[in-house]
Amino acid sequence: MSTSSAFNDEKGGSSSAGEPEYGHDPASGGIFSSDYKRHDDLKEMLDSNKDSLKLEAMKRIVAMIARGKNASDLFPAVVKNVACKNIEVKKLVYVYLVRYAEEQQDLALLSISTFQRGLKDPNQLIRASALRVLSSIRVTIIVPIMMLAIKEAASDMSPYVRKTAAHAIPKLYSLDPEQKDQLIEVIEKLLADKTTLVAGSVVMAFEEVCPERIDLIHKNYRKLCNLLIDVEEWGQVVIINMLTRYARTQFLNPNINESLLEEGGEKAFYGSDDDDDDDDDDDDEEKKAEAAALAKRKPYVMDPDHRLLLRNTKPLLQSRNAAVVMAVAQLYFHLAPKAEVGVIAKALVRLMRSHSEVQYVVLQNVATMTIKRRGMFEPYLKSFYIRSTDPTQIKILKLEVLTNLANETNISTILREFQTYIKSMDKDFVAATIQAIGRCATNIGEVRDTCLNGLVQLLSNRDELVVAESVVVIKKLLQMQPEQHSDIIKHMAKLTDNIQVPMARASILWLIGEYCEHVPKIAPDVLRKMAKTFTNEEDIVKLQIINLAAKLYLTNSKQTKLLTQYVLNLAKYDQNYDIRDRARFIRQLIVPTDKSGALSKYAKKLFLALKPAPVLESPFKDRDHFQLGSLSHLLNAKAGGYQELPDWPESAPDPSVRNVEVKDSVPEWTKCTSRKERKEKKVEKPFYSDSEGESGPTESADSESDSGSGSQSGSEESGSGSESEESEEESESEEEEEEEEDEEEERAKKKKKVDKSKPKKPESAERSKRIRKGGKDRRSGTESESEDESESESSESESESEEESESDTDIKKKKKPTPSPQVTPVNSFLSNSLVTDLEGLSLTDTVLAPTTIAPSSSVRLYELLHRITGEGLAVEYCFSRQPFSPDPHMVAVQIQFTNNTTSEAKSLHIEEPKLQSGMRIKEFPEIEVLPAGESVNVVMGIDFCDSTQAANFQLCTHIRKFFVSIQPPVGELMTPAFLTENEFKKEQGQLMGMNEISEKLTLGEKCQSEHVIVERVTSTANLSRVPCGSDKESRFAGKTVSSGSLVLVTVTRKDGAGALLTVNCEKMVIGTMLVKDILQALTQ
Amino acid sequence: MIHSLFLINNAGDIFLEKHWKSVISRSVCDYFFEAQDKAGEPDNVSPVIRTPHHYLINIYREKIFFVSVIQTEVPPLFVIEFLHRVAEMFQDYFGECSEVAIKDNVVIVYELLEEMLDNGFPLATESNILKELIKPPTILRSMVNTITGSSNVGETLPTGQLSTIPWRRAGVKYTNNEAYFDVVEEIDAILDKSGTTVFAEIQGVIDACVKLSGMPDLTLSFMNPRLLDDVSFHPCVRFKRWESERVLSFIPPDGNFRLMSYHVNAQNLVAIPVYVRQNINFFETGSSGRVDITVGPKQTMGKTVENVIVTIHMPKVVLSANLTATQGTYTYDPVTKILVWDIGKLNQQKLPNLKGSLSLQSGAPKPEENPSLNIDLKIQQLAISGLKVNRLDMYVEKYKPFKGVKYVTKAGKFQVLTVPSHV
Repeated sequence: MSTSSAFNDEKGGSSSAGEPEYGHDPASGGIFSSDYKRHDDLKEMLDSNKDSLKLEAMKRIVAMIARGKNASDLFPAVVKNVACKNIEVKKLVYVYLVRYAEEQQDLALLSISTFQRGLKDPNQLIRASALRVLSSIRVTIIVPIMMLAIKEAASDMSPYVRKTAAHAIPKLYSLDPEQKDQLIEVIEKLLADKTTLVAGSVVMAFEEVCPERIDLIHKNYRKLCNLLIDVEEWGQVVIINMLTRYARTQFLNPNINESLLEEGGEKAFYGSDDDDDDDDDDDDEEKKAEAAALAKRKPYVMDPDHRLLLRNTKPLLQSRNAAVVMAVAQLYFHLAPKAEVGVIAKALVRLMRSHSEVQYVVLQNVATMTIKRRGMFEPYLKSFYIRSTDPTQIKILKLEVLTNLANETNISTILREFQTYIKSMDKDFVAATIQAIGRCATNIGEVRDTCLNGLVQLLSNRDELVVAESVVVIKKLLQMQPEQHSDIIKHMAKLTDNIQVPMARASILWLIGEYCEHVPKIAPDVLRKMAKTFTNEEDIVKLQIINLAAKLYLTNSKQTKLLTQYVLNLAKYDQNYDIRDRARFIRQLIVPTDKSGALSKYAKKLFLALKPAPVLESPFKDRDHFQLGSLSHLLNAKAGGYQELPDWPESAPDPSVRNVEVKDSVPEWTKCTSRKERKEKKVEKPFYSDSEGESGPTESADSESDSGSGSQSGSEESGSGSESEESEEESESEEEEEEEEDEEEERAKKKKKVDKSKPKKPESAERSKRIRKGGKDRRSGTESESEDESESESSESESESEEESESDTDIKKKKKPTPSPQVTPVNSFLSNSLVTDLEGLSLTDTVLAPTTIAPSSSVRLYELLHRITGEGLAVEYCFSRQPFSPDPHMVAVQIQFTNNTTSEAKSLHIEEPKLQSGMRIKEFPEIEVLPAGESVNVVMGIDFCDSTQAANFQLCTHIRKFFVSIQPPVGELMTPAFLTENEFKKEQGQLMGMNEISEKLTLGEKCQSEHVIVERVTSTANLSRVPCGSDKESRFAGKTVSSGSLVLVTVTRKDGAGALLTVNCEKMVIGTMLVKDILQALTQ
Repeated sequence: MIHSLFLINNAGDIFLEKHWKSVISRSVCDYFFEAQDKAGEPDNVSPVIRTPHHYLINIYREKIFFVSVIQTEVPPLFVIEFLHRVAEMFQDYFGECSEVAIKDNVVIVYELLEEMLDNGFPLATESNILKELIKPPTILRSMVNTITGSSNVGETLPTGQLSTIPWRRAGVKYTNNEAYFDVVEEIDAILDKSGTTVFAEIQGVIDACVKLSGMPDLTLSFMNPRLLDDVSFHPCVRFKRWESERVLSFIPPDGNFRLMSYHVNAQNLVAIPVYVRQNINFFETGSSGRVDITVGPKQTMGKTVENVIVTIHMPKVVLSANLTATQGTYTYDPVTKILVWDIGKLNQQKLPNLKGSLSLQSGAPKPEENPSLNIDLKIQQLAISGLKVNRLDMYVEKYKPFKGVKYVTKAGKFQVLTVPSHV
């Protein structure tokens, strides 16, 4: 009440200063004094017919609520206006209603019918707002109505209403927890929703109502991952935190194998990791995992869904929202393989530029992270340097981080930095710095002496706090190995002459007493001096003098007996009763008399027991058992509603639970793409997904040309626009103009190129048409007349249907099961997810690829049999890069037969293969009939024995035989291998010397970005990308198909266009040829 | 999530409260006051305070504490970020985020808070959407409102809330279409006495003021995007486009917004635009000290350095300063012990100098600490990192917009030590 009355006073003062809200009413000034009168006045205004008066009254009421004053007696007058036409009045009435409904339940019911009507409104926004207010009224009686409204809204057409329904769920749950089961049903339904608008809100509801029902997530997991980037910021945070927990229950620890390789790759990568870091890592859980891993010797393979999550969250590190960045950072910290966690450091360091509150929270989390993963923050050491303008709490946290980051290599820099901190005026901070030095000294043996010396110097500081803190820290350090430091103890003994700070004097005396055996000569002398000044000392010092005397008496009674007695006598008559008591007590204990009890025998043990050295430990140790970024982590105590972060499972639960049923799965994925297509036509496309697929070569060609054509008109526009800009003011605009022109030319060029490369189909169709015409001519000359007739009949329609038929066959291919067994679609999902592991490729484009892939620009087609030599039968082949299921040692070759004649081709098959020794062929099953104008795809397998020798065989139809040969480019003789960075390094280490081929090159003009390099390399050779910490380097790995030898490719970019290509492969021939091919691809 | 919000001024008055769930008594703020007392400085109040039944998460901005009450687990940054968003929204609506402005517009504030959170979970935090729902006050509108009784609440339904581009309102129309971009860079640096750089980095932001009709799709490209080491974007920026092509492609919000913040690659050497020669001594005897500071331009790329201000926090024993400045003016506040020398423009020919003596408290020992100098400066038409916008293209819409880019370099946390550094 006192606050509110104070408020009134203050109000009275400031109202004259100008509060327009009140100024409107001419009577307001006088009325303010009495509450009753004012409320009557407001009631009158609310009852009037004028909206303006009502509004004025509502504004005043809301202002009262805002100031925390009671306005509940106005409830009846206000609630009458719930159906008011004026939107602002209505809104303010809602505000009032939500505030007071709980107190006035009966009256609140009067308003319900209005909202029920609103729920049926044709306008989605009104439906949503009605539901929002209805669900905010905390009146238990209306629970059934709310439940009904939520259920209905959950299946509303409008995603916005569904979002509101999701928001209403936790409200109802907090009002009546018994509704949980029904609400879970609604949540389940909304989780299946595919719009970004709903996703964040429903996951929030899930977290509040049923966070334990992790099973509800399975089917929606992939969708959530894919939608994530388009969800609004707040929803992103909630989803990422939830998915972190989910992943911990469903996937295996990606660092299981890391602990095995610890000595190898890991060390090399974070060269600075030292022993105690490893100690931290090898906690029980990991040891168990290690043991398990050792037992199984099973290589860790990351679940593709795990990878999906990591990949889709990574871009969010660039969010402007600190909470999102933190959420991703904790996800990486808890879920990512060690080698990949590093990416979060930069983003977290960036947050340190933000508001001090943000800094505070981020530093708390960084402090925890640095204990386990010191390496990743080491490059940013300087970002944690303390500025004199930082608030103390930030300084202390930074100090903590710096201390955690300290190791042998950087300790000297850090110590020098600490030295400047000690001069700060902020004494709490200075004390913390001294503690930090102490911790560095205990952790890093090499600098212990330096630190000690530094601290000893601080003993002569003028500031009491500095000295006291130093003495305390020195005391702790000396306790660890006192025997080596008797000189420091001696030095400190000398200091007693100068140091006046009682706390410090007391600490020194304690030290000398404790280690009097190490300084046998000095200790009695110190006691002598102290005995002299005893009466003038502070109480704490006196107590320590008595202690010292006692300890010396026990160890060296000959020299100190008299002194001790003297001191004890002085103490006996001291003014302070504590000191008198202590003296009496000690005398009884140490001086043997007749009456002395049994205890005096043990006096030595009592006084000179070995005291354990205090452990200087970071307060952030082991805090990471809390999910980072959480409130519980910050407080280091479980907050209400905190969900434990589960441990990794020993063995992975069934990953198929996330598969959406086969029937569903195809539409699910296609829906994803079709959504994209649909959205692309409209303006409102999901923001990022347009580029989602671009990394795949097919997609990028498309999207590029799209944007190209889109930009054509635009760029012309802006070209002229820039003229106006130039005239405006900019001094740069001239250069800019030129630049722009260049750009435009380039763009035009690019566009032409795209035009050329992209519509491959029509062009080739055209060409083939021409050729066919030629063929026709020739034939018409030589072959029978009758055929000529039919030819001329069909030629028109044929040429027209050419294009269609080609695309038709594509579709048919997908639909009808292809006749050959080799084409058995490898479980379409599995292949998807496998390929998702390839960094360079994207989900969408693999989704588009069936087992027999549609010819596209990404896959090169080779001609096996020209249509002229084949007398109308054209055969092309390509390397589909799919695993050849019947025999894993064979390369899958996809062959496309096109029958360009007018008659059926029958029984297409292979005969008489002539092969080099060791080579094998798995023929495709005979194609019985190929109707005229149709084409068919089959897959055969060839074991090339890892050589580029051609495979020769005969291709037979029912009438003819053709000699053909297939010669593979070296890049097709391999399949992708999935390695982690560490595995890669380890393997590379074993393939040195003769097995390593390096070549310097100059990158082609268009080939200087990482993206293009990856694209070029992966299109030249069937390799997979290996994650890499450095952005200058791209790594790829594969295995030869036949013998399974590893092929490792590294492209290191140098300054400018220079680059270094390294290929490591046991098979030197393959290596040499691969170098040649990749070189060519990159220098183009 | 967020249960209630209290706004508290420096004097400890709770001048606004808002509850999103059931009401929590304002007595919960007593725990906050306790913490505030303990902390002393407002900066030192812990952002998260634990009470027996609640958690208080607070921020301090513009001399106002925003204290939110939390009951269950929630990421603290989530709340902190949201509170800052609220403060920014006040700034955006009222031109300032001050107690007076909030009290004057208490109804709008309440309406805003109502829309920003639903049941404690953020609902609409985009300025574009909120402005559709609740119109910001203008002098004219408040006059009209007074006379006609019309309202601040938008008559039209906010369709922006429904779109997949929540940051842009629909149906934007301007007669003059313009898009301006400010590239603002700040140099954070620590220099030692000899002028050697101990630490230096450049942080930059691109602030935009875009007033374009319809749904323009913009592409902004740089001459040298490789300079940018670490970036964060407004949600409108398509990240994949940046990843692959290093261009900013976006449909902008309407009005002012921060397009991106960046950090310049640490490998690039940071050009330090000024040098400082300084000598600050305190004498063992005589209770006095000497000051001699000269500031001169260094690497300025031919541009003028303006608004140069040198600020020094003197040790407590310094009572007064008797100095002469060859350029600009100096003030010494004996209470806060802050010496401010406002120089203005730097002149290559005649270097500004500040010289004179300090008088110390008599009898006090010589101050141990050597104060450090904080430098403030501004250089127009220059981005010190060398970052240059290459071009801006607009797609979708057909009109010709006015475009402009401005560059400014400022000093961020720019410190000159008066002790030789060890590095």
